[in-house]
Amino acid sequence: MEKENFRPLDLRKKLRPGESIIQALLFIAGILSIFITVAIVYELGKEAWLFFGNPDVTFAKFFGTTTWQPGIGRFGIWPLVTSTLVTSFIAILVSLPLGLAAALFLSEYASPKARSALKPILEILAGIPTVVYGYFALLFMTPLLQKIFGEGVEVYNMASAGIVMGIMILPLISSMSEDALSAVPRALREGAYAMGATKFETSLQVVLPAALSGIGAAVIIGISRAVGETMIVAVAAGAGPNFTFNPFQAAETMTGHIARISGGDLSYNTIDYTSLFAIALMLFLVTLVLNLVSQTIINKFRQRYE
Amino acid sequence: MQNNQPEIAIETKNLFIFYGSFAAVSEVNMKIEKQKITAIIGPSGCGKSTLLRAFNRMNDFVPSSYVTGEILLHGQNLYGKDIDPVEVRRKIGMVFQKPNPFPKSIYENITWGAKINGFKGNMDELVEQSLRGAALWDEVKDKLKKSAYELSGGQQQRLCIARTIAIQPDIILMDEPASALDPISTLRIEELMQELKQNYTIIIVTHNMQQAARVSDYTAMMMLEKDGSRSGTVIEFSETKRIFTNPKDKRTEDYVTGRFG
Repeated sequence: MEKENFRPLDLRKKLRPGESIIQALLFIAGILSIFITVAIVYELGKEAWLFFGNPDVTFAKFFGTTTWQPGIGRFGIWPLVTSTLVTSFIAILVSLPLGLAAALFLSEYASPKARSALKPILEILAGIPTVVYGYFALLFMTPLLQKIFGEGVEVYNMASAGIVMGIMILPLISSMSEDALSAVPRALREGAYAMGATKFETSLQVVLPAALSGIGAAVIIGISRAVGETMIVAVAAGAGPNFTFNPFQAAETMTGHIARISGGDLSYNTIDYTSLFAIALMLFLVTLVLNLVSQTIINKFRQRYE
Repeated sequence: MQNNQPEIAIETKNLFIFYGSFAAVSEVNMKIEKQKITAIIGPSGCGKSTLLRAFNRMNDFVPSSYVTGEILLHGQNLYGKDIDPVEVRRKIGMVFQKPNPFPKSIYENITWGAKINGFKGNMDELVEQSLRGAALWDEVKDKLKKSAYELSGGQQQRLCIARTIAIQPDIILMDEPASALDPISTLRIEELMQELKQNYTIIIVTHNMQQAARVSDYTAMMMLEKDGSRSGTVIEFSETKRIFTNPKDKRTEDYVTGRFG
């Protein structure tokens, strides 16, 4: 027949150069991000190696003491770590409940009209430069805290920086959580409603647990964002390492310290210079540990559907 | 019961169901007998599921939907002004086309509904009773703490029936409960329905005419109106035997004999 003449039977393998090129390009793109991560860790490690190679620095001092002043031979990392943890903890304390509540409202309660009005407003929060947040913390949040909690609140303090950081990551948490909630199949909600559940019981006890892995991802990214945030804490949390858990006191975080020291005149191969890389490596480690911990918690509570 | 008058579980009076200005279901008048199985059959898109979902106000979740007319449960209009749809759904349970257990343990799937309904009794007993009632107990009694998603599709569907009977509704609605299941699971669900009918009134939507003929006592035949309005209505409602052997309406006869639809 005519058809056979048009396309004769030939089942042998054919060369498809387009396919191979695309595959190679995608592979390179994937490998690139891994390569960059490895390069960063290498660079951090190299300089940090020099730091720990200094005869004055020991691991016992680094992890065992609580004063950080490399200029006079004090190498205790803890004041920088605790202030990072305190500000990040406050930020999550603010952004998780508010972000989850906003996400629940947007995905379960809001009418399409209300949602389309509210989402852009929430996303504007994500577009504000962090230096603006920093001065918002210093000039608005700190006076407010001083008014509420009185004299004990210092001009530079971790609480104000942490709260404002929470506001900054709020849109991230709410929009990622909302995606996770919206992805829960309608059939689960219907099943709950058909049992005589109210909207609140359904959202909180069926939809929310089912969306937990997505919400967990949002929290992990939120934590990483808070731990790595620099400008807000540099402006509002304080300029000097201080070993304290009191959120109303000034204390410099790891990122704030790196920004301040590297901003001044700093010569290569001094202990001040290499110490920054040790801090950066520590920052890397803290983020990693926090991610692993949150992942473990989430896996414990998540509920799989299908 | 004097002169064998059948007891009515639920009744629709001049019921219309609208989506916006479109009447998806028109003028349904049905008296559904207590502790019997009533099947709703008809071609795709004729409003079977819409009608079924009107009985427990699931259509409320479709923003533009509303009904006119009445659905009476013990003389109370389910669409009356002061009726709480949540309370309606506690009395009229539902099993869906695709099994939709909660992503919780088998045990919690049963207890969750009981908890939110304020059940104060012995949970272990309730779980066993409900699972026995759904002919699932023997298969799952050793893995109650396991996730419901480890069960097969047919077991999941029986779990959904178990969680529904755990809150002891008067009526159970079933929306093509076996259409996603294999023939053996289907058979088990059908057998189960015969047992459930001792205690519950069942209304089932099915695509499968043989299934309607096998399981139901009464059958409602739905069809789009002849006037071209795309609105579905019940064209014939009587004993199943009669619908399948001696229907009054020519369209019913064509449908059940496979000449149409």
